[in-house]
Amino acid sequence: MSLTNEIVKQKLVEKFGDQVTNFEEPYGMLTFEVPKEMNLKLLNFLYDDETLKFRFLTDLAAVHYPAYKGRELAVVYHLHNLEDNLRIRFKVFTDINQPDVYTATGVFSTANWQEREAYDFYGVNFVGHPNLKRIQNVDEMDYFPQRKEFPLEDQTRIDKDDEMFGRGGSMGFGNKQADDKHHTEYPNLPEGGQVV
Amino acid sequence: MITDKHISLPEGSIETTTTRLNLGPTHPATHGVFQNILELDGERIVSAEQTVGYIHRAFEKIAERKALYQITPLTDRLNYCSAPINNMGWHMTCEKLLGIHTPKRVDYLRVIIMELARIADHLICNSIVGVDTGAYTGFLYVMQYRELIYEIWEEVCGSRLTTNIGRIGGFERDFNDIAFTKLEKFLKEYPGVLREFENLFTRNRIFMERTIGAGPISAERALNYGFTGPNLRAAGVDYDVRVHTPYSSYQDFDFEIPVGATGDCYDRYLVRNQEMWQSLRIIEQAYQKIQDFKGEEATVFHADVPEYYLPEKKDVYTKMEALIYHFKIVMGETDIPPGEVYHSVEGGNGELGFYLISDGGRSPYRLHFRRPCFIYYQAFEELVKGSMLSDAIIVMSSLNLIAGEMDG
Repeated sequence: MSLTNEIVKQKLVEKFGDQVTNFEEPYGMLTFEVPKEMNLKLLNFLYDDETLKFRFLTDLAAVHYPAYKGRELAVVYHLHNLEDNLRIRFKVFTDINQPDVYTATGVFSTANWQEREAYDFYGVNFVGHPNLKRIQNVDEMDYFPQRKEFPLEDQTRIDKDDEMFGRGGSMGFGNKQADDKHHTEYPNLPEGGQVV
Repeated sequence: MITDKHISLPEGSIETTTTRLNLGPTHPATHGVFQNILELDGERIVSAEQTVGYIHRAFEKIAERKALYQITPLTDRLNYCSAPINNMGWHMTCEKLLGIHTPKRVDYLRVIIMELARIADHLICNSIVGVDTGAYTGFLYVMQYRELIYEIWEEVCGSRLTTNIGRIGGFERDFNDIAFTKLEKFLKEYPGVLREFENLFTRNRIFMERTIGAGPISAERALNYGFTGPNLRAAGVDYDVRVHTPYSSYQDFDFEIPVGATGDCYDRYLVRNQEMWQSLRIIEQAYQKIQDFKGEEATVFHADVPEYYLPEKKDVYTKMEALIYHFKIVMGETDIPPGEVYHSVEGGNGELGFYLISDGGRSPYRLHFRRPCFIYYQAFEELVKGSMLSDAIIVMSSLNLIAGEMDG
């Protein structure tokens, strides 16, 4: 008998009752939410259960929802049962001021770097992680750059010397305004701003 | 002969220390910008620490402001050895989100492009394993056929490495005759080339002794580490996204999934070679199917999605709707439906996944790339611990680590 979303859902409700919430099936993938204290319990249950056998962690990603007060950060797990070929997704939400979530490294070695990445960009503190430090960014960084409060660069800004990309600089590629500002800010440049 | 008699040193008079060696970030053997800090006892590896992030470009963040079609060039730069697969995977993710169904001919054309990309990817990986074991000939010999693949892409989309090939819904133009002629040439000549390539390596004693037993991994550990693609199949698990979750009409093709047993460098090499043969089979079938299309079907190269597919230039200048759509697409002002979607394709290195959350705006609210390289590079320490330094180099090249895919 192949596994279906209904069976998974039924099993989960049987085991965890109403702690498992927000069942959805966007584009056919069973999606639900559990309290963050329960993520390990759930992962272990999904791993060990003889019918469910979700033994492959495909993906782990963090998401930032500034509008959800008290549950700003989400960690999304994508699990795959390779035998019955079924994928599910579940989320845990956490307060951004205390972003503690239990690590999944005990169950899946692959979670190690994926959690480090989630920590690096969103600041999710994975409790019990063996080596929770930044992975893509420099170690000295003291903020979490993929959170929504860090906007992308304003493309109309004019204070940046980026002359090869049509902005600022002394070659006249950028707009005039930027050139003037550039010169006043850096008076040490030789006449005309030409760097030889 | 030296025996204990000749050397009698008092206990503790020789200090045993380990050496720390930086392999990378710009070492020729890393084939990309990433670092390994190896702790060596003589020539034996005691521990390894990997560092990535030297070319991190924050694609996930950039994508949060871009319209869907503007994200395609970002995906090129993930695994740049097989950029078309990334492009197609992204297009298919968008199509899944938008509910677009592509015509069969588009699917088959995509399959041709993707399988060519797989061949190009595996070809580089395997020939680089050869280079790292000291056999340069194979690499030089096959390079001209990767060139031929690049020429086919060039005919289709105009570029070679970072292809930005295709559009949401299909291709920007139909394949021209030169593309098909070159494809025929490739299909005719490549089997001989691959056979010769195999003659150079597969039973080559030096190659075998260097690769057999180097960097093995068991199926359980590989699954636990999230391995996918050829590296997982070399360990004996027949998981292939093309078969398990068919996309782009892969279910219409007849092909096999080659698997290995020990998960060492030699098995990885064999699996990749076999996959190239299978890819050739798929391309032949797809080309046959394309030739079988008759009448109007034989000229279809995109789905009918005016909201996302750029209209023809002559229509833009003469028709009102076309002009409006053109403007809206180029400015990226079309709102995408809210929802979340995960779509994955079998990339050159494994399951390349796109997790997209949309809040109904013009760009994704959050986009996450599941990059296979990033995920399996963390197993590197386990693969090389206790082996020789020269094995580490081969393991690195046979895992096919692509820095662009690790950093995202």
